[in-house]
Amino acid sequence: MATQYIGKRLKRNEDPRLLTGQALFVDDVNLPGMLHVAFLRSPYAHARLNSVDTSKARQREGVVAVYAARDLGDYWCNGPLLVSPPPVEGTVFNERTQPILVMDTVRHLGEPIAAVVAESRYLAEDALTDILVDYEVLPAVVDLEAALEDGSPRVHEDVGSNVAAHLVQTIGDYEKAKKSAHTVIARRFVYDHGTAAALENRGVVAEWDAHSQRLTVWDTTQAPNPIRIGLASMLGLSENQLRVIAPFIGGGFGPKIMMFYPEEMLIPWVAIQLGRPVKWIEDRSENFVATTQERSQIHQAEIALTEDGKILGVHDVFLHDSGAYDPYGLTVPLNSQCTLLGPYKIPNYYSEFTAVFTNKTLVTPYRGAGRQHGVFVIERLLDLAAKELGIELPEIRRRNFIPPDEFPYDNKIIYQDFTNLVYDSGDYEPSLDRALEMIGYDEFVNQIQPQARSEGRTVGIGIVAYVEGTGIGPYEGARVQVQQSGRVSVATGIGTQGQGHFTSYAQIVAEQLQVDIDKIDLVTGDTDQFHWGTGTFASRGAVVAGNAINEAAKDVRAKVLKAASDELEVAEEDLELAEGEVRVIGAPSRSISLGELAAKANPLRGAVKPGTEPGLEATNYFGPERGATSNGVHAMIVELDPETMMVEIQKFVVVHDCGRVINPMIVDGQIHGGVAQGIGNAFYEQLIFDENGQLLNGSFMDYLLPTALDVPNVSVGHEETLSPLNPLGTKGAGEAGAIPVGPLFAQALEDALQLDGLEILEIPLSPSLLWELVQEAKGN
Amino acid sequence: MIPPSFDYEAPASLEEAIAILGKNPEAKILAGGQSLIALMKLRLASPAVLVDINRIEGLGYIKEEDGWLRIGAMTRESDLDTSDLVREKYPLLADTTRVIADPLVRNLSTLGGNLAHADPANDHPATMLAYGAELVATGPKGERIIPVGDFFTGPFETSLAQDEILTEIRIPSPNGSSGGAYQKLERKVGDFATAAVAAQVKLGEKGVVEQVGIGLTNVGLTPIKATAAEESLQGKEANEAAISEAAQLASEAAEPEADPRGSVEFKRALVKTLTHRAIKTAVGRAQGGK
Repeated sequence: MATQYIGKRLKRNEDPRLLTGQALFVDDVNLPGMLHVAFLRSPYAHARLNSVDTSKARQREGVVAVYAARDLGDYWCNGPLLVSPPPVEGTVFNERTQPILVMDTVRHLGEPIAAVVAESRYLAEDALTDILVDYEVLPAVVDLEAALEDGSPRVHEDVGSNVAAHLVQTIGDYEKAKKSAHTVIARRFVYDHGTAAALENRGVVAEWDAHSQRLTVWDTTQAPNPIRIGLASMLGLSENQLRVIAPFIGGGFGPKIMMFYPEEMLIPWVAIQLGRPVKWIEDRSENFVATTQERSQIHQAEIALTEDGKILGVHDVFLHDSGAYDPYGLTVPLNSQCTLLGPYKIPNYYSEFTAVFTNKTLVTPYRGAGRQHGVFVIERLLDLAAKELGIELPEIRRRNFIPPDEFPYDNKIIYQDFTNLVYDSGDYEPSLDRALEMIGYDEFVNQIQPQARSEGRTVGIGIVAYVEGTGIGPYEGARVQVQQSGRVSVATGIGTQGQGHFTSYAQIVAEQLQVDIDKIDLVTGDTDQFHWGTGTFASRGAVVAGNAINEAAKDVRAKVLKAASDELEVAEEDLELAEGEVRVIGAPSRSISLGELAAKANPLRGAVKPGTEPGLEATNYFGPERGATSNGVHAMIVELDPETMMVEIQKFVVVHDCGRVINPMIVDGQIHGGVAQGIGNAFYEQLIFDENGQLLNGSFMDYLLPTALDVPNVSVGHEETLSPLNPLGTKGAGEAGAIPVGPLFAQALEDALQLDGLEILEIPLSPSLLWELVQEAKGN
Repeated sequence: MIPPSFDYEAPASLEEAIAILGKNPEAKILAGGQSLIALMKLRLASPAVLVDINRIEGLGYIKEEDGWLRIGAMTRESDLDTSDLVREKYPLLADTTRVIADPLVRNLSTLGGNLAHADPANDHPATMLAYGAELVATGPKGERIIPVGDFFTGPFETSLAQDEILTEIRIPSPNGSSGGAYQKLERKVGDFATAAVAAQVKLGEKGVVEQVGIGLTNVGLTPIKATAAEESLQGKEANEAAISEAAQLASEAAEPEADPRGSVEFKRALVKTLTHRAIKTAVGRAQGGK
């Protein structure tokens, strides 16, 4: 009997290393003769540089070099465009990407102007104070709506306005559908900025080895292979001369898939220039202004429904804050546009967005990557509609779910992978029913809430649904090899930032080869080990790399069976793999271990048949035709102090369907972490900029991250609707926890407060904002 | 986030420390370091000399003497937090200590540092105003006593001279039916107060308020003593109407500014709510409740 590994709640292979401090992070890389870099960053959001004088800094003892833009010579450039705009007719896209160092115009707070290279970070930072910059401060573009007014200052003078992009997608004919509507509801929705605040900031170490003529770069990137190829071309090196290592990384969340960051372009070049290893580790103050952020959008949205609450159509026009540059293309607003459709049948849809340049840090995907906004808008519209039509909130969702027999379901608009947004599979009602049951909806509404209200307590419930596009292409690859020791090595090209790859990928290999997971050694993120692939993002690690590993392991399994068949002189169909060996079915004493087979497959003397490949090794790739669609329902019960507006979460439930679950404990962890970030986004975290583009809360003294005390126990229920798009049937799970928490808070707090005229249309919330909304509602 | 270079001195006696401070106008005292080190790493503070007073013996104690609770300025928050004496007889101080930052910070941070740093967001200043505490400063000419009302002169500014060290805090020991409470809105553990209120009351016969102190945290450039609120409650029975009136007056005494933690109006409303709760709890405790 084959042992089942996929689906098992197994402890993580990587944790002993991580918990005992053995895991390598970029800042652990310390090399003989290594130099340290500190960046001079603009204290203004928008300014012209009249002059940058680095002469005094160069003279400070311990300073080895100082670089401003003009010192880079031909190497100075703007970073590449990472994602092109989608092939939608009529799309406007003004490409402006970030320079390595500012040449003439600063466009956001913290943009790097000069780099000091010194014998220590202390000396480098001290020398920053020696650099004299003559700034001509310019009026800053901060507010999204004001940015588009005539006469607004411009972020990029050579673009005629602050429009970064404009794109319209439609399904059916909204205006026509609206004519037959019973109810039309229109509102303005605002969703503001936060930062991912990964535990580990960014960092780059680069070492040029003159003997081997090779450059090694340790980088906190989610995408080591694209970094290698891009750097090789920028630096004029052969790809084979570059080794990029993305070691263990303390959280990616999307900002570490942005490329190229200025520091990522500069540090390797400096290492070659100086012939010494060079290190730059971002500190938290830098992270608040130099690492990309999300997610300001303003939506003017409208929903048209029948009397019984069926959606006839949605009309949405929104502004999206791009920040100062747009190297990541339109991924974020496109996700907002697509994800708004949710698990619902929306036959008519008009969605138009304008991406706006502002003098703020770049906006690129951060866990959810625009999906939050879309989900916020549709869920709030449904809540408002339900109230107006007298339908219970879960019921209006149920009435609009896409029924299970309509999959695959084509939404007929273009998604971030530039294919049609087609939901591969799904069954939404069971998720809703299970969430209602787990949260105890009926009991809460009929008994607990009335009882609590009679005691003067302010308690409420929320329940929201979403879909999450995951597992997009193009492809990933893997190499699997059985070694003579019987251990199995696996290499894949994606990086790892805490997702449990060392365990879930081992489970996939173990399932195919029937080897214990602690005998499987995985290497991720080292381009010398595997140099194809794109990276860890968009909830695609398990789907795309997972299936590539599965395909490679299948190939190895075939080789193992063939070799064992030759060796044991038994037909392959009479053999089985078990406990690290191949056995004859029904005669288990006739067996040979995988290690012995590996040794025989790599003879040291004698002859082999022509065409024989050595070893028990295979490399294979997987690229899905399109992304797989996960879905879920979040439910929450809160108690509010109506005077201080402090919120206590009493119960939090997530029912999640990501197809085949490889390791439920790891998916639980993904959900828990996502919910924590979602709670932060909904109630604690907000980057607050003043009218000059100054960040008013750029440290953890003032930027509030929820802690363990603020994040409740989260109960997770797993549904499994398999994806037909990949052999494992998996869908992604990385972003699900974070996506719908904003509307969940809004709904639960409205339910708790039970105040006529109170509408929560803005995220993030805070006690102060809630208090003002309540005063406003009471005043009306 | 690396401080600029600085000199470091670790004197073994108060006299030595005072002498170093006298000679260096740019010197700062390092007590628990939980505020100062963070400011130095952000380069918001750059003292030329740090005078570490952690090695001076005899500055950490909690004892009752001559009608006062005397607390050495270097007493750690965690020591206050675990003191049975404080818990039993000084509930306002116990409440305050428990909501300062988090346990890791409280292991190092000191009562003296919390006061002498004079951050309007710090919690002990309002509490000491409510208690009517006295602060002992030691300088080249010996000790002088500063009533707490005269101590805070501006944000991050006190009436301590450059060569004076805050060495002792004296809180009047409660007698009769006394009680106190600290009410703070912190959005999460470790955050500064959006607003907070300290109240200390003594009840006379028939529940009439004989003495009352009310201090407000982080709703002005310095901690605020809500004098009008105190006067309105004084001599009255501490009933709902009297407490509400005092709470209203306290909110009028607040001078908050809008910041990322909240609007002016919200903070005023919050002061009212928290004053109401603090007085109510203080009265309850004075009447023998916990």
